[in-house]
Amino acid sequence: MSAAPDTGPSSRLPGGPMIGRVLERLGLGGRGLVIAIPTLWLLLFFLIPFLVVAKISLSEAAIARPPYLPVWEWVDGVLSVNLNFGNYLFLLEDPLYLSAYIESIKIAGISTFIALLIGYPMAYLIARSPENQRNLLLMLVVLPFWTSFLLRVYAWIGFLKANGIINNFLMWTGIIDEPLIMLQTDFAVYIGIVYSYLPFMILPLYANLVKLDQSYLEASADLGARPATTFLTVTLPLSASGIIAGCMLVFIPAVGEFVIPALLGGPDTLMIGRVLWDEFFSNRDWPIASAVAIVMLFVLVIPIMLLRKAQSADEGAS
Amino acid sequence: MQRRSKFLKITGVLGFVFLYAPILSLVIFSFNESKLVTVWGGFSTKWYGELLRDPQILEAAWVSAKIAFVSASLAVTIGTVASFVLIRFAKFRTKSLLSMMITAPLVMPEVIIGLSLLLLFVAMQGLIGWPGNRGIMTIIIAHSTFGAAYAAVVIQSRLVDMDMSIEEAAQDLGAKPVRVFFDVTLPVIAPALVSAWLLAFTLSLDDLVVASFVSGPGASTLPMVIFSKVRLGVSPDVNALATVIIGLVSLGIIVSALQMSRSKRRL
Repeated sequence: MSAAPDTGPSSRLPGGPMIGRVLERLGLGGRGLVIAIPTLWLLLFFLIPFLVVAKISLSEAAIARPPYLPVWEWVDGVLSVNLNFGNYLFLLEDPLYLSAYIESIKIAGISTFIALLIGYPMAYLIARSPENQRNLLLMLVVLPFWTSFLLRVYAWIGFLKANGIINNFLMWTGIIDEPLIMLQTDFAVYIGIVYSYLPFMILPLYANLVKLDQSYLEASADLGARPATTFLTVTLPLSASGIIAGCMLVFIPAVGEFVIPALLGGPDTLMIGRVLWDEFFSNRDWPIASAVAIVMLFVLVIPIMLLRKAQSADEGAS
Repeated sequence: MQRRSKFLKITGVLGFVFLYAPILSLVIFSFNESKLVTVWGGFSTKWYGELLRDPQILEAAWVSAKIAFVSASLAVTIGTVASFVLIRFAKFRTKSLLSMMITAPLVMPEVIIGLSLLLLFVAMQGLIGWPGNRGIMTIIIAHSTFGAAYAAVVIQSRLVDMDMSIEEAAQDLGAKPVRVFFDVTLPVIAPALVSAWLLAFTLSLDDLVVASFVSGPGASTLPMVIFSKVRLGVSPDVNALATVIIGLVSLGIIVSALQMSRSKRRL
């Protein structure tokens, strides 16, 4: 895909060949220009913003517009730098933040595990279905994802609240006499996360299980292994990369989730996404919110690396 | 063996009930006469009338539709160029950087994306005076950025599958790279571009968190209005709105499925 320099697409740019040649001199002729468009966009609107967050996490909150003191400024021709690690120290000192991180990881972890328990059999079932049914079943898994996330979480309020659908049904059948308290509990948050992210669990598991060579299972059965043994010693280890990918795709967004704990959780459901939101919108403490975000990124580094590894392992296998 | 497949079928059915029951309940109770959303009080379509008379919701829906349209188009443009460059171009200096930046938004919590973009906009305003006030423009930039990441996933997988020999044939016949791209590559990957556009459109229409961070006082998107309503408890007109959205989405999916099967037949 290489073009001779003087016939490159840049020579057709408005302004004629002269501008084209100048752009090429700058490494922006044709090919370079095409590479530059997405690279510059993402640098400006994805990568640089993180540096800004990191910078502001080191500044001091102030009643000003914007509400923080500059980290560096020129005073009489001298660059004065005021790095303030106080925000990070504050996160360590105030038990609220530490418990919010732990709580988020716990809630995300438990929800991921429940999603795996539900998602694995579903993915297995779809992968073992006749080929002409698979696409339909997969589409049924993905369809809810296309309707509004917010409204699907909202639907669970109607199910879980005191005079909601589940309580009305259980009281009608006489199983319980007074409504169970389900809304505004951690239980509701688990349900909300499992429900919202189940497709993310099923899709990578399916992609992995559908490639599984049936002859291994037959070999195992021929050698006298019972189905349960075959499952535990053959199927499960072979689908490990699918399991890791699915779990991380649920776990990572769940840790930073805001909408689900805000709508379904109680006032004591402390998740870090919600803490960040409140620091930003209610307390207007931008430096603390930035520090919370930076620490959250560090918490997610290991899960993100696991995900990348699992995904590249899966690509290598196909 | 028989018992195991029975177990699988039951979990499968229960799983799909779990996925669809909440959506179904939204639709059913949107036709409920009673204001108590989950207690049936007879059939009525009055909440749909209420919806049409709510200027706040209509206004927000219009704002959201405009934002979603523009940002989906931008996202597909950026996503297509990025995918093409990553799949078709030989090694270049910033390749791994670009590849990292186009996939990272997929695994980034929304609160972090929202906060980081807002802080960027504020810093830029201080430095160069742009963007003057935050609103539709800043939301579009935010949505096209994470939309491009999703679009790139869809487009890249299509480009990988695409038969490169037609591109090579066009080149051998003397077409310049730009011409090959517009006359050969684009038409072949067009169905993927449509899926990518729809995905980016839906994600934009759906986003609450990022929009709340980067928006200014002027612009409220539909999810922002719904969220402030829903925070106060269930309300039947939200059910009616949900039903309208579910209806539109189903319609879109049926149309695109029909189109997909038609284009498959043509090939």
